[in-house]
Amino acid sequence: MLKKISIILVAVSIIYACTSSEGEDTTSADNFDRGAMLINIADNIIIPAHQDFTNKLAALKGAGVNFTENPNQSNLDALRTSWYNAYKNWQHIEIFDIGKAEELQYKFFMNIYPLTVADVESNISSGNYDLNSSNNHDAQGFPALDYLLYGVADSDAEILAKYTTDLNSSNYKKYITDVLNQMDTKTQEVVSSWSSYRSEFVASTSNTATSAVNKIVNDFIFYYEKGLRANKVGIPAGIFSDNKLPEKVEAFYRKDISKELTLEALNSVIDYFNGKSYGSSTSRTGFSDYLLYLERQDLNESIVNQFNEAKIKINSLNNNFFNQVDDNNTEMIRAYDELQKAVVLLKVDMLQAFSINIDYVDGDGDG
Amino acid sequence: MVKILTTYLHKQTKTASLAVFRLLFGFMMFLSIIRFWSKGWIDSLYIQPKFHFTYYGFHWVKPLDNYTYLLFFICGLSSIFIAVGYKYRLAIITFFLSFTYIELMDKTTYLNHYYFVSILSFLLIFLPANATFSVDSYLRKREFLKIPKWSIDSIKLLLGIVYFHAGLAKLNSDWLFRAQPLRIWLPSKYDFPVIGNTFLQQEWFHYAMSWGGAIYDLSIPFLLFYKKTRTLGFLLVLFFHLSTSVLFPSIGMFPFIMIVSTLVFLDENIHVKFLNFFKAKIKFYKNLQIIDSFKYPKASKSIILPIIGVFFLIQFILPWRYLLYADELFWTEEGYKYSWRVLLTEKTGYASFKIVDAKTKKFFYVDNTDFLTSIQEKQMSYRPEFILEYAHYLGDHFKSQGHKNIQVYVDSFVALNGRLSATFINPKVDLYQEKESFKHKDWIVPFSSAIKIKGI
Repeated sequence: MLKKISIILVAVSIIYACTSSEGEDTTSADNFDRGAMLINIADNIIIPAHQDFTNKLAALKGAGVNFTENPNQSNLDALRTSWYNAYKNWQHIEIFDIGKAEELQYKFFMNIYPLTVADVESNISSGNYDLNSSNNHDAQGFPALDYLLYGVADSDAEILAKYTTDLNSSNYKKYITDVLNQMDTKTQEVVSSWSSYRSEFVASTSNTATSAVNKIVNDFIFYYEKGLRANKVGIPAGIFSDNKLPEKVEAFYRKDISKELTLEALNSVIDYFNGKSYGSSTSRTGFSDYLLYLERQDLNESIVNQFNEAKIKINSLNNNFFNQVDDNNTEMIRAYDELQKAVVLLKVDMLQAFSINIDYVDGDGDG
Repeated sequence: MVKILTTYLHKQTKTASLAVFRLLFGFMMFLSIIRFWSKGWIDSLYIQPKFHFTYYGFHWVKPLDNYTYLLFFICGLSSIFIAVGYKYRLAIITFFLSFTYIELMDKTTYLNHYYFVSILSFLLIFLPANATFSVDSYLRKREFLKIPKWSIDSIKLLLGIVYFHAGLAKLNSDWLFRAQPLRIWLPSKYDFPVIGNTFLQQEWFHYAMSWGGAIYDLSIPFLLFYKKTRTLGFLLVLFFHLSTSVLFPSIGMFPFIMIVSTLVFLDENIHVKFLNFFKAKIKFYKNLQIIDSFKYPKASKSIILPIIGVFFLIQFILPWRYLLYADELFWTEEGYKYSWRVLLTEKTGYASFKIVDAKTKKFFYVDNTDFLTSIQEKQMSYRPEFILEYAHYLGDHFKSQGHKNIQVYVDSFVALNGRLSATFINPKVDLYQEKESFKHKDWIVPFSSAIKIKGI
């Protein structure tokens, strides 16, 4: 009998070995092509968006040089315009926290708000600071420029005075230059990494915690939940605190673009979901197609509809979220609720459909 | 009937089977503890979390900070003692208590196979597993050739119960007629060599696996029991558990524990040969007085048999307690545990807690990551009793922070086996006022999907 068992064991392992060497060349016509999805996301969404952002940032940097060399009203206006253009564009970038961007913690140098004004002012007055320090995450990037261009004084004349007649004017100018250089350096690093990282990215199609497919799905949901829903809408509306916090809106000093930035971010989320090419109307393989492959038309439809509901609700708000929260926070909370409904569809339903693990602590499970 | 029973209870079998089982069980448990320890799970699951989900009635069982390591050490040590059969009774009692204590510390990590190990080790307390090929018998200079047949049969019966109930649990419409949750899980294993992009993507294969799994579970106890089909049965055990192990690595040691356990069904002579092989190698293990049969002292027999009787009665009844609850079992999970429902549902949940001041109506939402590890949050998000316990924890926490008139509400959604997510807990119920009990939790929103679940 012992012999019998060993024969069985050998037989099983042979069968096992055979089945795993059979049919290596089987084509997978009926399988969802994740590689194609990643290629679309890299070539038609991420890389063009980053390219565009580089251009906008170059313009912003140029305008910054002009302004710091010649701080006058027209250069201030030009700088403000290019800041606005780049900030809007940034809403298409923050969502891609993968590769170099993740390694550098890119977004922490670009758009941490609310800004800590005291840190900015003390950096400027001391002239001694390290923008790479994590203590300065909330003292640089777009929010710092927002403050320096709109909030550093009450009127344009007084703002210009900060860069001309103020005792510390050279430090103020230097701070603008340093913040812009920092944004530029980090962006260059991220953008240039894609030329080599792309091939690694598109090949990383496995279902593991660190594969590109799983990471972009997780990052997508994380951005939607945190970067968009919470930071732009929920936190100012006081969803996570005892009181409403209107001063925590994005672009707090410029005031009138918080809604526009939020809508831009939501549009980028929707386009990404649909696999729509950046800056064009062509749609290729995206998460939406993955759901359709898994026969989840119902879910795909629910998500698309819910994104639209959220968009309609946000559209009905004041351009200036600070005022919206201040005057009628109920409407702000309603917009949050619409955004929230899509969080459930993405985080619960879509993740279940993709069967992607969001556990970073691993452990045994038997359902 | 009584006569049949008494005759049965007097039947004898060779000691070797039970000794081999003891040896392998102790060894597997030792490996499990080593594995658990080396993965750093003692720290991440028991020491790091600020909060632990406790079992109803066992709230006092808590991790012991750094002494938790000592607990695992004791548990691991006792499993070696079991394997070699040294101070067996003390070792198995220590193992049962320490292992069960570990499991009771946090129900986030509840697994059917941990529960299986707990009850199996309880059963082993009463069996003469050290009657041969053990340090105990070496020291006593005597070993027994035969033991009561019921002792080895009780292990077989327990295994049979596990498989058969696991099979019965699969007889539901989601498993059989929607191929769920395999239809979600298998396609996601697309990067599995060869079959990943082919079979695992095909619907007929999901159905074949579902039906095959159900038939396997229901028939395996019988295939293993009858001599003629035993070889086939054991082949199937190997195939089935090895494939689940490679497809679902997250089930950990379970497949191997089951494979090793089912060896108990093999013919007793194989076990004898197996032991003789080792006995021959261990030179000093000789000159033992051979006693024909092990007999329990009358007094202990009259205690042990009723205990084992009640034990099995509970095992038979427990999986059916869900019938006492009206709503859908897979949705409410009332009566779900301890019933061998393994890999039966794919659930994803979302639970966002709202702390409200009843007087001022001011509220805020809680960031779960402030209090829970990601695995705790995941398990909590679709289990009512977890949600309730956590709600109370949050209420107490914010009370201690000086908040007044606290109410705790939850916005929660659950998706079950590929259905669209739906509201799970009544968002208008202040959970801080609700108490845990065995009664139906009427604050769970009734299962309302148009795709009903029918079956056992």
